[in-house]
Amino acid sequence: MIELVRDWDKWQVKDIGLDEPVKKLTPERIEEVINRILKQEGWARIKMYVDTCIHCGLCSNACHHYLSNDCHPHFAPVGKIKDTLWIMLERKGKVSPEFMKHVAETVYTECNVCMRCSQYCPFGIDIAYLISVVRRICHFLGLVPQYLQDTVNSHAVTMNQMWVKQDEWIDTLQWQEEEWQGEIPSVRIPIDKEGADVMYSVIGPEPKILAQLIGNAAVIMTVAGIDWTMPSFDGWDNSDMAMYSGDWEVMGRVKKAHFEAAMRLKCKKIVMGECGHAFRSVYDRGNRILGWKMHPIPIIHAVQFYYELIRDGKLKIARKIKEPVTLHDPCNIIRGRGLGEMARYVMRAICEDFRDMWPNKEYNYCCNAGGDTINCGPPWKKKRCDSNKVKAEQLKATGAKIVVTPCHNCHSGMEDIVHYYNLGMEVKFINELLVECIEIPENLKA
Amino acid sequence: MYEFVRGPLLWFSFAVFILGSIGKILYICWLNYKKDQTIYDYFSIKYGLRSIIHWIIPFGSLNMRQRPIHTIVSWSFHFCLLVVPIFLMAHNVLWYESFRISWWTLPDQLADIMTLIVIGACVFFFVRRKVLPEVKYVTFTSDYVLLVIAALPFITGFLAYHQWLLPYKMMIILHILSGELMLIAIPFTRLDHMLTFWLTRSYMGSEFGGVRHVKDY
Repeated sequence: MIELVRDWDKWQVKDIGLDEPVKKLTPERIEEVINRILKQEGWARIKMYVDTCIHCGLCSNACHHYLSNDCHPHFAPVGKIKDTLWIMLERKGKVSPEFMKHVAETVYTECNVCMRCSQYCPFGIDIAYLISVVRRICHFLGLVPQYLQDTVNSHAVTMNQMWVKQDEWIDTLQWQEEEWQGEIPSVRIPIDKEGADVMYSVIGPEPKILAQLIGNAAVIMTVAGIDWTMPSFDGWDNSDMAMYSGDWEVMGRVKKAHFEAAMRLKCKKIVMGECGHAFRSVYDRGNRILGWKMHPIPIIHAVQFYYELIRDGKLKIARKIKEPVTLHDPCNIIRGRGLGEMARYVMRAICEDFRDMWPNKEYNYCCNAGGDTINCGPPWKKKRCDSNKVKAEQLKATGAKIVVTPCHNCHSGMEDIVHYYNLGMEVKFINELLVECIEIPENLKA
Repeated sequence: MYEFVRGPLLWFSFAVFILGSIGKILYICWLNYKKDQTIYDYFSIKYGLRSIIHWIIPFGSLNMRQRPIHTIVSWSFHFCLLVVPIFLMAHNVLWYESFRISWWTLPDQLADIMTLIVIGACVFFFVRRKVLPEVKYVTFTSDYVLLVIAALPFITGFLAYHQWLLPYKMMIILHILSGELMLIAIPFTRLDHMLTFWLTRSYMGSEFGGVRHVKDY
């Protein structure tokens, strides 16, 4: 049986989601799962990609894991494929449980499926797709980091990521509504309003730990005069960690609930809060597994929504942020949807001193939190921060005091990096700056 | 011996190359149709071509601009590798003998330089595989074999033209044999990137252009 040399692994992370299930795995089960998934589900593209790859290593420089870990070849995109998929293919699935544990560690914690490497590969090989297929194998073998699996379990049981119960959800909306009513009495969060123009959806962590973002959204909606609503029932959460763990069946269920919530409320479109992976799940992945070429009803991301509101004069900017601000482009809405220019339009509208980082827009380095990596939880935090030194250097070079990122995963990742490398920056969502900057009309004020 | 390698064996290797290549492309298209039809749903000729054009023009992509030496070597290698065998004067005579067709020819001196570029690039790739850790890590014996298969027709052709090392007749037989080996190897080894490049590149171009609305180059 194959033994990989892992002398670079200075972290030696323990995760019972990987360490315990591996004890129960048999080589027969591993062989059966690997061959089933590779041959039945992914064979068409895997065959094409593996046959085409000329082993040139030109994808290496795309990856923040590689650049941050002293250019160790294991962390190059092709290196990670070599240490996982190529060996499985070469051995026809005859690999040891211990090997599979390392595979799971590689695909879940050393790759964020940000797709930057596909932009660097001369052949356009979708390395993130290959990693996703290997994750699916790990999912079927039960080898998923514990914290990540917990969020997937939550999706499966509650249709939201954070085990939020319906009464807690409604209560949070009402609390946030009241928070702002002292200042703007007409702020409302309309629940289950049929036929509203906009259904606003957020990710599970917003009601759980960042409820003020929902309140901010309510202010923006009120000031801009938007006819909007939020569902009280399952489907309010647009996030989807199952997409990343490899549990695509749950991914499909969660996305279906989300689309159907908007349809049940007869809304004209969905506006999503500032989350990247959730956008990928409705725009790219979840719709496909449900058989929709694109999303079945119009969906726009918050960045595009803010852009349109400012462009159309529905939001007027009364004051600008004085401190230097930079923007971290989240992969799933910038590389995934091309919102780079719109994000800059909004940033320039609300910031006096906006400083772009390089590389930026679709070429930006990943936050090393998205793609599930931050959901693998506290055991992996040190490794995650060490593996994104390149981002810290990139942030530092801007000299900005505030880093804005319209994505929850990026946001948490940036916070960790800012603290870990003592960068002395604040991390903000656009939504937080926007409520500071917009003009609140006199007739709305208390 | 010469008659055999110039005659039946050449026909055989051309047949294997052409049928094998068509077969390979059809197999991949069929496999995708059967297993992963979404590839066809998202396929866009406009964005596929946009991507291909940016990746075959030197310095057309960010990665190429960031690695100027590699770009120049790699691009010249592929250009010369394709152009020399087709437009070489001596090959043109053979095209005419066999099919009664002929086209422009390269001056022999230029062809000589281009041959040296191919050989030099192969040395560059060899050293790269030996020296750069990220390339060495993913290099197998087969990668060196492929490099040798690609270099041999040019080395033997160069030696035959200058009539060095071996008698001309013997060298030319080796030259033809190595060319035939390369033709046969294309559909069945990773040299098939010559065929699949167009498929993988245009698919990724379609996704990035049509769905993601960003550049993939």
